[in-house]
Amino acid sequence: MSLVTVQLGQCGNQIGGQLFNTVVEDAYGKGGLGCSKKENTLYQDAVLERFFNTEEPSGETRVSCSQQVLPTARAVMVDMEPKVIQQTIQESKKSGKWRYCEKAQFCQKRGSGNNWAHGYGHHGPKARDAVMDIVQREVEKCDRFGGFLSLMSLAGGTGSGVGAYLTECLREEYPHSFLVNQIVWPYGTGEVIVQNFNAALTLSHLYQSADAIIVFENDNLHKICSQLLSIKNISFQDINSVISQELASVLQPAASVDNGRTNSPGELLERLVPDPQYKLLNVRTIPHTSERALAFSSFTWPGLLKHLRQMLIANAGMEEGVDWQVKVHSRDRRLSSADFTSSLANVLFLRGKHCESTDISPFSDPRLYSSWVPRDAAFSVFRQQRPFHHYEKYASLLSNSQAPVGPLDSLVGKAWNMFASRAYVHQYLKYGIAEEDFLDSFATLEQVISNYSNL
Amino acid sequence: MTQSIVVQVGQCGNQIGCRFWDLALREHASTNKSGTFDEPLSSFFRNVDARYSEPLDIPVGRGRDKICNLKARAVLVDMEEGVVSEILKGPLGDVFDHRQLITDVSGCGNNWAVGHMMYGSMYREQISEAIRRTAEMCDCLQCFFTLHSMGGGTGSGVGTFILNLLEEEYPEVYRFTTAVYPSAEDDVITSPYNSVLAMHQLTEHADCVLPIENQSLVDIFNMVNQAASKTSKISSTSKVKGGSTVTSDMGGIKGQEKPFDKMNNIVANLLLNLTSSSRFEGALNVDLNEITMNLVPFPKLHYLVSSLSPLYHLADVSLPLRKLDQMFSDAFTKEYQLISADPRHSLYLACALMVRGNVAVSDIRRNIDRLKPSLQFIHWNQEGWKTGLCSVPPVGQPYSLLALANNSCIRHTFTNLRDRFHKLYKRKAHLHHYTNVDGMEAAQFSQAMESLTGLVKEYEQLEGTMGRVHEGAPRLQVAS
Repeated sequence: MSLVTVQLGQCGNQIGGQLFNTVVEDAYGKGGLGCSKKENTLYQDAVLERFFNTEEPSGETRVSCSQQVLPTARAVMVDMEPKVIQQTIQESKKSGKWRYCEKAQFCQKRGSGNNWAHGYGHHGPKARDAVMDIVQREVEKCDRFGGFLSLMSLAGGTGSGVGAYLTECLREEYPHSFLVNQIVWPYGTGEVIVQNFNAALTLSHLYQSADAIIVFENDNLHKICSQLLSIKNISFQDINSVISQELASVLQPAASVDNGRTNSPGELLERLVPDPQYKLLNVRTIPHTSERALAFSSFTWPGLLKHLRQMLIANAGMEEGVDWQVKVHSRDRRLSSADFTSSLANVLFLRGKHCESTDISPFSDPRLYSSWVPRDAAFSVFRQQRPFHHYEKYASLLSNSQAPVGPLDSLVGKAWNMFASRAYVHQYLKYGIAEEDFLDSFATLEQVISNYSNL
Repeated sequence: MTQSIVVQVGQCGNQIGCRFWDLALREHASTNKSGTFDEPLSSFFRNVDARYSEPLDIPVGRGRDKICNLKARAVLVDMEEGVVSEILKGPLGDVFDHRQLITDVSGCGNNWAVGHMMYGSMYREQISEAIRRTAEMCDCLQCFFTLHSMGGGTGSGVGTFILNLLEEEYPEVYRFTTAVYPSAEDDVITSPYNSVLAMHQLTEHADCVLPIENQSLVDIFNMVNQAASKTSKISSTSKVKGGSTVTSDMGGIKGQEKPFDKMNNIVANLLLNLTSSSRFEGALNVDLNEITMNLVPFPKLHYLVSSLSPLYHLADVSLPLRKLDQMFSDAFTKEYQLISADPRHSLYLACALMVRGNVAVSDIRRNIDRLKPSLQFIHWNQEGWKTGLCSVPPVGQPYSLLALANNSCIRHTFTNLRDRFHKLYKRKAHLHHYTNVDGMEAAQFSQAMESLTGLVKEYEQLEGTMGRVHEGAPRLQVAS
């Protein structure tokens, strides 16, 4: 089963580079010591098949005859200016364990200027043919193609605008393939002034074409870096490495408990997105510690899972500062909507020793889930005996829950306010986006908020 | 990588331009040790083989060829010869292509009409040719930077004429203008006329304007000098480091520095910091088109108050964290601004922080959180911050910050200008010099006044919303 990763814009490309690094380091890292040699080899092969192409590409020259061909990432790099892609390729060469295919990139000279309309209306159509060609070549190299993973941010112009356009193109050209988009929600206090417009327009368009949207919030990730990993001067590299670790923990090979199949996009979507109106997913993982601190910590499965469950219902982004007062209770006694966070579906990943014997029933508590979801479909588990990275035990939860409602509501509120004053709108109108398009986007998102709030 | 072209007009424009090119070369020299013609260099320079009588342009290619001869992507315009000849005679002479120079003999006599109407139409073909030639050498032209003063005749007149030309012929390329506004005690009597007439052009045709005032530059210069003399008395260990580009002690041009040079350096630094992210790499790149996108909420309100910090670098770096936060605080004080205005007590429409050097995102976040409570932002843009991070610091400093604010305080500057204009206009003083010029009509004066008044009013209206409690606009209702 193979995934093709589409890296869009500066954020997407930077995360992509880190993601491939993370999966390689996990596959060849210390985790291998925690299981049998046979299991380790199986794992490594699965990781390679999933993310890399190991055949010798025709037409490309080897550095020297004696060198083995490095695995080539199944990635398509897209950006509207060349600096970031070049940097990402340079960084990948440093690892020595994998590489990018330098031909699998598309870039222009001029950026999108943080302007969604510029990305969607101008750069996107120009890039379409070339990018679809590269995508097709990557897909053809896969024996069993499992789906697309697109990495992008919401705040800028390329990741958001070009990303939204290309996702629509992918949907058109590959109507039966799975499209999963990973998006990065910008800091609440702003990185880009028009980020709320860009985010609103992107989300509303992605909602039509993607199968699932995995949301990562910079604010939460920042807290994880500062409070759990004790990083003093947090850079985007630190944040990206947290994203890569969390993403890798749900994408690295694991087997389902009920039918033994691996965690392909198809399997995950079947369990997590029962209704196309509910597509927003989020990831919570535990524990987050640096390698140094690990020597001083010990975890038990019950302890980890208890924390993870509370993180879910109290809508906490990480294992510190969780509100333990929030409790689950049955539907009819719900006092107000500002209660525990309700879920539509959850998939739990357990990686490490003795994960098969731990009790996971707290997660299948029907009170956690919305009433119209069939009882046995709401919750499933994937297991992997081989430890993840340097963690003896690692648990991640991929959820379709009410968690995104808060940030989404606040985003739409701010964007609406700005739209009401018509500030910055002239910049978008220049590139073919009309005021009706704004209104459509707002309407779509209000519907999403309403749906999720009523879970 | 995109390219930008600098169009320097008039005495002021050319002198600033000269400092800019000098500092740009120094900056690239310090980062590019191997002498190869790489992408960052190509944004402002061309590499040519000067052995041919018409120098052969060598493209960047893979960015590994050695530099042969560097030529600036610049067009120099002046209606009298003195300034441009000085530049050509000096050490920077080689950097300019002689076909990119347009000069005349007699000057404009501090008369906007002579510059804009007379010389504009006279030299239109030549200017257009020179720009077309420079533009053709660019792979991907993103931006024109025009440098000129507002008070004189050539800078304001011919400068704004060129702005019109650029809009007509290259509508997709951004036009950034760095304009030096006359201070109250300007020695040119007709400077208010020239400035207001030019303002009308800038409001209509420029994408973004960075107004600068001579008085502020003088104040900054004096502040730096005072600090230098103070600290040298206090201790011998910490002293003002001379290597900083702002003080230009070790400028490329040896010999006597001209009187405005130190002030022009500050403006040149502004331009370097503004373009640093589009030239060098960084964690959060800010291209020039992103600046217009984020800082210009309404088409005419494109006047940005700029401030640079630090202005001098003390050699004592034992307290790095405090110094970093100090840099952010300084950028929001009046003394570090390049135009005299009071943004703290007015309304911010948007603000951009362009940081260079070894600064982490968390530092920027922390400082934004710290400074935000004391600044007033318009209600629909409460988090109106645009941040950019470039990893290459300026020469001689570990980090630097350029803050660009779209703030309503600028209406006071414009109101002052309008009052000075009105003082002359109501007596029709010196008007005949202008109306005697072919193509100039008296109506243009009132039009320019109206445009300026309109601009001030727009800012005023927005400022009127300050302090009031705002209910969010009622949201769309959906059937649930």
